[in-house]
Amino acid sequence: MDYFAQQLINGLVLGSIYGLIAIGYTMVYGIVGMINFAHGDIFMIGGFIALISFLILVSIGLTAVPVILLIVLLVSMAITALYGWTVERIAYRPLRHSFRLAPMLSAIGMSFVLTNYSQVAQGARVKPVPPIITGGHTLHEGAEGFVVQLSNVQIVVVITTIVLLLLFTWLVSRTRLGRDMRACEQDQTMAALLGVDVDRTISMTFVIGAALAAVAGMMYLLYYGLVDFFMGFVAGIKAFTAAVLGGIGSLPGAMLGGLAIGLIETFWSAYFSVEYKDVAAFSILIVVLIFLPTGLLGRPEIEKV
Amino acid sequence: MKPLKLFGLALGATLALSTAALADDLTIAVAGPMTGTESAFGRQMKNGAEMAVADINAAGGVLGKKLALDTEDDACDPKQARSVAEKIAGQGIPFVAGHYCSSSSIPASEAYADGNVLQITPASTNPTFTERKLWNVARVCGRDDQQGAVAAAYIAKNFKGKNIAILNDKTTYGKGLADETKKALNKAGVTEKLYESYNKGDKDFNAIVSRLKRENIDLVYVGGYHQEAGLILRQMRDQGLKTILMAGDAMADKEYASITGPAGEGTLFTFGPDPRKKPTAASIVDKFKAKNIDPEGYTLYTYAAMQVWSQAAKKAGTTDAKKVMDTIKAGSWDTVIGKLQYDSKGDIKQLDYVVYKWDASGNYAEINPKGS
Repeated sequence: MDYFAQQLINGLVLGSIYGLIAIGYTMVYGIVGMINFAHGDIFMIGGFIALISFLILVSIGLTAVPVILLIVLLVSMAITALYGWTVERIAYRPLRHSFRLAPMLSAIGMSFVLTNYSQVAQGARVKPVPPIITGGHTLHEGAEGFVVQLSNVQIVVVITTIVLLLLFTWLVSRTRLGRDMRACEQDQTMAALLGVDVDRTISMTFVIGAALAAVAGMMYLLYYGLVDFFMGFVAGIKAFTAAVLGGIGSLPGAMLGGLAIGLIETFWSAYFSVEYKDVAAFSILIVVLIFLPTGLLGRPEIEKV
Repeated sequence: MKPLKLFGLALGATLALSTAALADDLTIAVAGPMTGTESAFGRQMKNGAEMAVADINAAGGVLGKKLALDTEDDACDPKQARSVAEKIAGQGIPFVAGHYCSSSSIPASEAYADGNVLQITPASTNPTFTERKLWNVARVCGRDDQQGAVAAAYIAKNFKGKNIAILNDKTTYGKGLADETKKALNKAGVTEKLYESYNKGDKDFNAIVSRLKRENIDLVYVGGYHQEAGLILRQMRDQGLKTILMAGDAMADKEYASITGPAGEGTLFTFGPDPRKKPTAASIVDKFKAKNIDPEGYTLYTYAAMQVWSQAAKKAGTTDAKKVMDTIKAGSWDTVIGKLQYDSKGDIKQLDYVVYKWDASGNYAEINPKGS
């Protein structure tokens, strides 16, 4: 039981990070109907910006950890959002009325551009940081001496994820921008006729998605302690899988899918073999899609005439 | 027609570039992971090779020619290693010091054999490398069966009756080393409680760490590279485990400590006796220090590989790979890491792995300098 609890914690934290990235995929898909393959790389950029701003803050002599974390969070969200906006502006907007595959291809191209850009700008090496948030809490000590441990980093990751998820759910369901986004999702032409600035709304979607990816990048940096220029690829694939599993286009679905992938990987490693955890995660994706083609929380697509 | 013309121009430009290396220089190569997760070790190799070439040139070069160095990047990827090897062979380069990852050295060696290139690896320790009866391969480092035996002897002696786990990363090097260590441990009467593999490149090891915790593991032996080992250690400490981590020669770079932070204290690994401390190395170590480079890990091994080849080429009076290799195997060579002699397979005869320990300030030192 204790072992199960420990693995549950491991899985939830991993799943939270996947979920944060998956939201970016799902929001863009919901509105523009394209898979933003460069999103994993935006996540990587977020991690790098968090690293750089962290190093700058430490080098100017700031030592209060909560202050550092807050500044790093805001800075990396802001700058990464700018990246998200730029990517949309130069790679997707000019192709919006082109054939369906065009923006997807330019997304793949953008992904290469971002990967190579950070390889050139930041070097090909892995960039580690020493542990920033240390310590943890013993939740329960089992009979055979098995200790269930919850580290402070894990608490920070999960709480940040929950807060952001609530914030963005509120944003989409209660604000003017959210209403515009939902309108664009349903029918862009109609939304435009009714006075919604479609271009601006789509831009904002990319900005929000990138900001969330930046948070995921920062959490990744805090939790694992390193970033590198190719980390966006694997994380992007996993998060994309999570978005599809949860039902692409659905915000809670992305989070649920992220948690599901994280938990499957962890529990498979815990009770079966670590070697085949990815196989397990993708097999379950296939099974779910056979029975629920739109994912766990996805709505069946209604053909628009 | 226009694209074709451009293509022709580009082709012409590339040809011009590749022949631009001065015609009367003798080009040799160093190949290793200059980018990617293992690039810390690629940099060690590059530093060692550059210094060796500079020193050999200062002493008059080889066979009356100055050496020029070609640095190639395999990113620790077997496919890229193979294409790098074909490129080196295609350029008619007679000697390469490389590669780092055994999974790169082994596929590359076949291309080198076909292209008449002599290959001395400074760092690849997988036994298979010299066990395939290829004429063109040699190494200046030890082998994993020897390394695993030393690790197993240490574990059997110091962790008697404790719980041992063995992990490997499924690479040629990692799995090879883990299996050799397991074999030697089992022979010594120690049976591991857990044997698992993970994927190289994974970042999240929390599930595996919880398993170690459930089995009350006292020592985990990792057959793998420093990044994953560092992450495993970090996640063990985060989950409150005091388990000691032990690994192989791939931990010999300060980057390990920058991943683990002070938590890396107590990590054990096996490596040759510190080459920096050998009396033969003193003056060369000073030269590196003057350039602000710590010649750690495989830096001096790469330097030694260059020395073995240049001395043998001088003695043989030719750079022909086959003749130089025969000379290498017949002779005895004074290098920065000591006197080296070769057996018919290309392995060095003198071997001594020792156990090192990381301390809290991010340095490592031999536990027992006399060797154990």
